[in-house]
Amino acid sequence: MARYIVRRLIWALLMLIAVSGVVFILFYVFPSADPAQLRAGRQANEDQIEAIRESLGLDKSVLEQFWIYLKGVFTPLDLPGTDSTGPLYLGHSYQSNADVKDVIVSDLPATALLVFGAVIIWMAVAIPTGIISAIRQRSLLDRSTMITTLVFISAPVFWLGLVALYLFAQDVGVIPVFPGIGSYATADTFLSKCASMILPWLVLAAATAAIYARYLRSQMIDVMQEDYIRTARAKGLPEKRVIGKHVLRSAITPIVTLLGLDVAVLLAGNAILTETVFNIPGIGAETFNAIKRSDLPMIQGITLFGAFFIVTLNLVVDIVYAYLDPRVRYE
Amino acid sequence: MEASQFREEREAPVGGSAELVGSDFVVPLRSPWRLFWDRFREDRLALLSLAFIGLLVLVAILAPAIVSILGAPDPNARDTAALDPLFATPTGPSADHWFGIDQLGRDVFSRTVYGARVSLVVAFAATALATVFGVVAGLLAGYYRGWTDTVISRFVDVLLAIPYLLLATGLAAACTLGQTSGGGGAGCLGGLIEPGLGVVIFVIAFTSWTYMARIVRGQVLSLREKEFVEAARSMGASDMRIVFRELLPNLTAPIIVYASILIPQVILYEAALSFLGVGVGSDTPSWGQMISEATPVFADAWWYMLFPGLALVFTVLAFNFVGDAMQDALNPRKRRS
Repeated sequence: MARYIVRRLIWALLMLIAVSGVVFILFYVFPSADPAQLRAGRQANEDQIEAIRESLGLDKSVLEQFWIYLKGVFTPLDLPGTDSTGPLYLGHSYQSNADVKDVIVSDLPATALLVFGAVIIWMAVAIPTGIISAIRQRSLLDRSTMITTLVFISAPVFWLGLVALYLFAQDVGVIPVFPGIGSYATADTFLSKCASMILPWLVLAAATAAIYARYLRSQMIDVMQEDYIRTARAKGLPEKRVIGKHVLRSAITPIVTLLGLDVAVLLAGNAILTETVFNIPGIGAETFNAIKRSDLPMIQGITLFGAFFIVTLNLVVDIVYAYLDPRVRYE
Repeated sequence: MEASQFREEREAPVGGSAELVGSDFVVPLRSPWRLFWDRFREDRLALLSLAFIGLLVLVAILAPAIVSILGAPDPNARDTAALDPLFATPTGPSADHWFGIDQLGRDVFSRTVYGARVSLVVAFAATALATVFGVVAGLLAGYYRGWTDTVISRFVDVLLAIPYLLLATGLAAACTLGQTSGGGGAGCLGGLIEPGLGVVIFVIAFTSWTYMARIVRGQVLSLREKEFVEAARSMGASDMRIVFRELLPNLTAPIIVYASILIPQVILYEAALSFLGVGVGSDTPSWGQMISEATPVFADAWWYMLFPGLALVFTVLAFNFVGDAMQDALNPRKRRS
C-alpha cells in the first residue's frame, strides 16, 4: 500500500508539471495577440509597451519564460525579483493587479456551497430514479422517466436557469417563491445564503441528476444479468435484498468514481454557466468577468488551479479505491 | 466491445444455423447495415427525430429563402419603429414580428431561423474534426503501443485534467483577443486559425477528441491480436495498410455511435461558448448568443430567451434520441429503452 501511494504521488506531481506546461503553451504560444499590448491597454505608446514587455519578462525566450512560470507555481518560498507570496504563484491580474491566488481563495466558498448543495440534490434524485427505472424496465414509468431525463440533458443549463428565474424568482417570477438573481451577495446568514442557492442548486443538479439516473439504470440492468444475481435469487433471497445488496452495490461503484470527477470539475470552475446566470460571486463568475476584460493571467490561473484540483481529487479517489479494492494496487 | 458484438451479430446466422443444416429453413442473409437499419427503424421516436434533423438541415441551408418567402425581415435589420415608443424596450410577438424583437429591433424569428446555421455547421464540423483527431490518435496508440501509446495516452490524461469549459473559453478568448483589444494579430497558431467560426470549431474539437481516442485505442488493443491482422501481416501488408485498411473498417460501428453521441454535446458546447461571449461574432445570429443577449431583459422580454432556447432543446433532444437509438441498434443485447 505504501509503495502504491508513493507511486501515485510521484505520478500526480509529474501530472501537475505536465498540466502547467500544456496550459502555458495554450495560453502563451497559441494565441497571436501580444500580451504586452493587452496589459498596456489601448492608449499606450511604443515605449510603455516595451517597458511592460520587459517587466513581464516577455523579451526572454519562451523556454526561459516557462522556467520562471514553473518556479512561480512550484517553489514553496518567496523568490527574489518577484513579489510572489509563496507557493502557487499564478501571476497578477492585468486589470486589478490583484494576486490571482488571493482572488481564487476569496471566490471558493460561494462555488463550494453551490456545488455541494447541487451534489446532494442530484444524488438524492438520481439514485431512486435509476433504481426504480431499472427494476421496472420498459414499463410506462421507465419510458417516461427516460424521456424526461433526456429533455433535462438536452436543455442548456444557462437557459434552464433563466426559465427557472422567470417562473420562480421572488423579484421577477410568475410564481415568486425563491430568492432571485444576486440574492447570494446580499444574504448575510448561512441559512439565507442557502435559500438564495435553491434555484441555482436545482438548475445545476438537473442535467447531472438525469445523466446519473440513466447511468445507474443501465449499470443495474447489466448487473442483473450476471450469474451471481441468478444464484442469489435461486437460493431464495427476497428481491429487496437481491436488488439492495447485490445489484446496487456493484452498480453504484462506477457512479462513485464519476461523482469524484464531476465534483472536482465543477469546483474547478465548470459551474461557470450557473454562476453567471444567477450572479453568484464564485470562481466561474470570476472567469466570466476575466474573459470580458481580456484578463489573460486570471483565466490562465483559474484554469491551472482547476487542473490542480482535479489531479489532487483523482489522487484521493485512487488511494481510496486501492484501499477498498486490493487488486488495484498490483496493476 | 461494440465492434466485436457487431461482428458476432453478422456471423450469427451462419454459426447459429448449424443444427438447421439440411432443413428447409433458410436464414436470409442480411448485410450488417441492413440489420442495423431494421433495428433502428423500430424506434419511432428516433425516426421522428431523424426527420426533424433533416428538416432542420433544410431550414439552415435555405434560411435566406425561408425568411424572405415568409415575409420576415432580414436577421440584422433593425426595426427601431417597432420598439416600445415610451421606453424603447423590445416588444413581443406581433403580426410583423412573429417571435417579437430584441433590444435593437431585430426580428427574433429570422434570427432563430438563421441560428440553425451556426449550430449545425459547428456541430458537424467540430464533431468531424474531433473524430478524425481521436480516431488517428487512438489507432496509433493502440497499434504501436510502447512509446507512442505512452505519449498519446498521457497527453489525453493531461487534457482530461484541465477543466474543459474553462480551457475552451480561455482559449477562445485568447484567440480572439487581438481583435477586440487591439493587441496585435488575432487568431491562433500564427493566424492559421481565424477568429470566429474557425476558433469555435477548433476549440471544441481540441477539447472533445479525448474520449474518442480512448475508445478507439481500447478497441485496437484487442483487435490487433486477431487472426485477420496476423494474416494481413504475414502477407506483407505495411503498418499503414493494416491500420487503415484492416483495423479501421472494423471500428466503424463504435466510431459512428460515439460521433453521434458527441454531436448534441457539441451543440450545447457551442451554445455555452456563445453565451459566455466567446462564440461566433455578433453579426452571425446564434442561439447561445441570443440567449446571452436576452439575459439582461429576460424578465420583461420573455420571447427573446424562449424561442432560441426551445430551438436548442428540440435540436439537441432530436440528436440525443437518434444517438440513443443508434447505440441500441448496434448493441441489441443492451437495450436502453
